[in-house]
Amino acid sequence: MIMIFGIPGPLLFGQLLLGLINGAFYAMLSLGLAVIFGMLNIINFAHGSLFMMGAFASWMLLNYFGIGYFPSLILAPLLVGIFGIILEKTIISRLYKLDHLYGLLLTFGLSLVIEGLFRNGYGSSGMPYRIPDILQGATNLGFMYMPNYRGWVVLAALVVCLSTWAIIEKTSLGATLRAATENAPLVQAFGVNVPRLITLTYGGGVALAAFAGVLAAPIYSVNPNMGSNFINTVFAVVVIGGMGSIMGSILTGFGLGVVEGLTKVFYPQASATVVFLVMVIVLLTRPRGLFGKAA
Amino acid sequence: MTLTRRSVLTTVAAATALPLVRPARAQAPKIKIGVLNDLSGPYANTGGITSVICARQALEDFGVAAKGLDVEVISADHQNKPDLAVSITRQWFDRDGVDVLLDVPTSSVALAVQSVCREKNKVYLNVGAASSALTGAQCSPNFISWCYDTYMLSKSTGGAMVKAGGDSWYFLTADYAFGKQLQDDTSTLVKAAGGKVLGSAPYPFPGTTDFSSFLVQAQSSGAKVLGLCNAGGDTVNSIKQAHEFGVNASMKIAALLMFINDVHALGLETAGGLNLTESFYWDLNDKTRSFTKRVLPKTPNNYPNMIHAGCYSATLHYLKTVAAMGAAEAKKDGVATINHMKATEVEDDCFGKSKIREDGRNLVDAYLFEVKTPAESKGPWDYYKLKVTTPGNEVFRPLAEGHCSFIKT
Repeated sequence: MIMIFGIPGPLLFGQLLLGLINGAFYAMLSLGLAVIFGMLNIINFAHGSLFMMGAFASWMLLNYFGIGYFPSLILAPLLVGIFGIILEKTIISRLYKLDHLYGLLLTFGLSLVIEGLFRNGYGSSGMPYRIPDILQGATNLGFMYMPNYRGWVVLAALVVCLSTWAIIEKTSLGATLRAATENAPLVQAFGVNVPRLITLTYGGGVALAAFAGVLAAPIYSVNPNMGSNFINTVFAVVVIGGMGSIMGSILTGFGLGVVEGLTKVFYPQASATVVFLVMVIVLLTRPRGLFGKAA
Repeated sequence: MTLTRRSVLTTVAAATALPLVRPARAQAPKIKIGVLNDLSGPYANTGGITSVICARQALEDFGVAAKGLDVEVISADHQNKPDLAVSITRQWFDRDGVDVLLDVPTSSVALAVQSVCREKNKVYLNVGAASSALTGAQCSPNFISWCYDTYMLSKSTGGAMVKAGGDSWYFLTADYAFGKQLQDDTSTLVKAAGGKVLGSAPYPFPGTTDFSSFLVQAQSSGAKVLGLCNAGGDTVNSIKQAHEFGVNASMKIAALLMFINDVHALGLETAGGLNLTESFYWDLNDKTRSFTKRVLPKTPNNYPNMIHAGCYSATLHYLKTVAAMGAAEAKKDGVATINHMKATEVEDDCFGKSKIREDGRNLVDAYLFEVKTPAESKGPWDYYKLKVTTPGNEVFRPLAEGHCSFIKT
C-alpha cells in the first residue's frame, strides 16, 4: 500500500474526494453571496437561512404535497427565490444608499427571525429526508466507497456554478448586469430597468442558496440551524476568494473543501478553524482576496 | 374613555397605594426554580422548552398552591456557552432570587455553573448534562445528577455491544467535556472486557455537520464497532451519513447517547435496529403513559425523553423536600436541602422508586432499548422495544471509583 505522510494512500484520496464534495456546497453558497455582493453591494447574512429554507421547502413539498426530490430541485429554488424577491422589494432595497454595515445588520436580523420561526414550528432536531431511489446506494471506486448521491451533488454543483459564471461573464444579459453595477444611471439612460435587474439578481442569488439547500436535505438533517453552521465558513470562502469575484468564489469553495478534508485526517480538532487560518494568511498577504481585482 | 390629567393622576395614585392596602399575612417566601438550557440550538429538542413544561407540570401535580407554597419556574437560553451560562446563573442568584438551578445540559456548561452553585450555596439539580465527572472528580455537595451519565450509557449500551462480540472500537467524538468523558468511560469498559480501541476522531463542537471524512477513517481502521460519543443533531447527522457510506454494513453503530427525539428526527427506516439507553420511555408502563398524557397537550410535537422526565421528577422531589423542610429553611441552605433530598427516597410516575447516593448520583434503572423497524411501529412515537433493564445500583459507577472529594472513605 502506498503511504503518503504516514497516511495510507487510498484513505488520502478518499479524503480529497470528500473535500471536493463539501467544497461543492461551499462553492454554491459562496457563489450566491458573491453575485449578490457584486451586484447589490449587500453582504447577505440571510444566505444561510435561505439555504435552510430551500431544504425545508423540499421537505414541505414532499410531505404536504407529495412532490418528490427532482421536481423540488426546481420548485424549491423558485419558491425561495420569490420569497427573496419579496424581501428585496420590501425591505432590503431601502438600504442601497447606506453603508454596507446596515445591510449586514438587517440581513443578519432577518436570518435570526427566519430561523426562529422555523425552530418554533419544527423544533431543532430536524426532519428526515430520504435520498431519491435512483441515487441510493454506493459505488466502489477502489480506494473508497462513494455514495452515488454525493457524486450527484458534485456534478449538479459544478453544472450550476459554471452556468452561473457563464451567464454573468459570457452573455449580453450578464454584460448588462455588470454594466449596471459599474454605473447604474448610465445603463438606465440606455433604457434598461436597473432596479428590476437588481431585484432579479437577488432572487437568483437566493435561488442558488435554496438549490444548495435541496441538495443538502438528504445528507444533513433538515433543521433550522443547518444554515448557520455553514454560513461562517462560506463568508470566509468569499473573503478568501475576493469579494464579488464569481470564478474566485467557485474555485476557493472547492479548494477550501479539500483543505478542510485533509485537516480532518491529520488533526481533526482543527478542521473547523483551518479555513479561518487560511483567511488570516490571505488577508495579510493579499487583502483583496486571491481572485479580487485591484481597486 | 378620554384620558384626562385627573384620571391619569387618580390611576397612578391608586396603583401606588395598592401594595399598601394588601392584607398583611404571613406567607411562605417565594421559591424560584431556574431552568437553564439550550432553547434554540442543537439540544433544544432533547431539553429546551419541553424541560420547562415538565418542571411546571410537577408544580401542578404536586399542587403547590394547595400546600401553601409559592413557586415559580423561570427559564433562560444558555446557547451551550459556559461563559453566558455563568453570567445568567450569577444574575439569577444575585438579583432574581433563584433558589434552584435545573436541567443545564452540555457538560462544559454544567461544569462551569457547578462552582457558582457551590459558591452561593444553592441547589443544582442536573438533568441534561451527562459527564460522569460531575459526580466524580468535579463533585459538589450542592449537586444531584438525576437520570443518566456517561458511565451509565457506556455500561448499558457499550456493555451490550461488547457482549455481542464488538471487541474493537473506533470513536467519533464531539471534542468537548461530554464527548471526551463518554469516550473515556466507554474505552475503560471496552478494555476491561478485553477489547481494543483502534482509534478516534475528535471533531470540533459545535459547528461540524459533515462527518464523511471521519466515517471513512473509521471504516478503514478495521474496527468492529463505531462508537458515537456525541448527542443531538450530531448523532442524527453521523448516523445518517454512516448509512450513506455503508458504514453500517461493515461496522456496528453504537449510538452511546441518543434520545427518542433523535430517533424521530432520523426516521425508523435509518434508526431501526439501533441499540440505545434511556432511563425513561413514555410507553414503558401505565404510570409513564399517564405522565406523558398529562404533558403532551402542552408540547404536542415533542414527546418527553429521559431529560424531560428527569426535570419533572427532580422538581417534584424538590417540592416534596421544600414542603417537609419549610420554604424559608430550604431557601437558606442549599447543602441542607440537597442532604434532605438524598435522605428521602425518590418516587414518581416517570422513574418509579430510586435512591440518591451521597455523591449526588440518583440511582435510577437503565433500560437498553432496540429501536423498532417501520414495520414494528404501530403508532406515532412507538419507537422502542425494551431489551435489558439494569438496576440503578449496578449500572452507575461504584461510589469508591468516582473519587468524589467530599466523600469520606
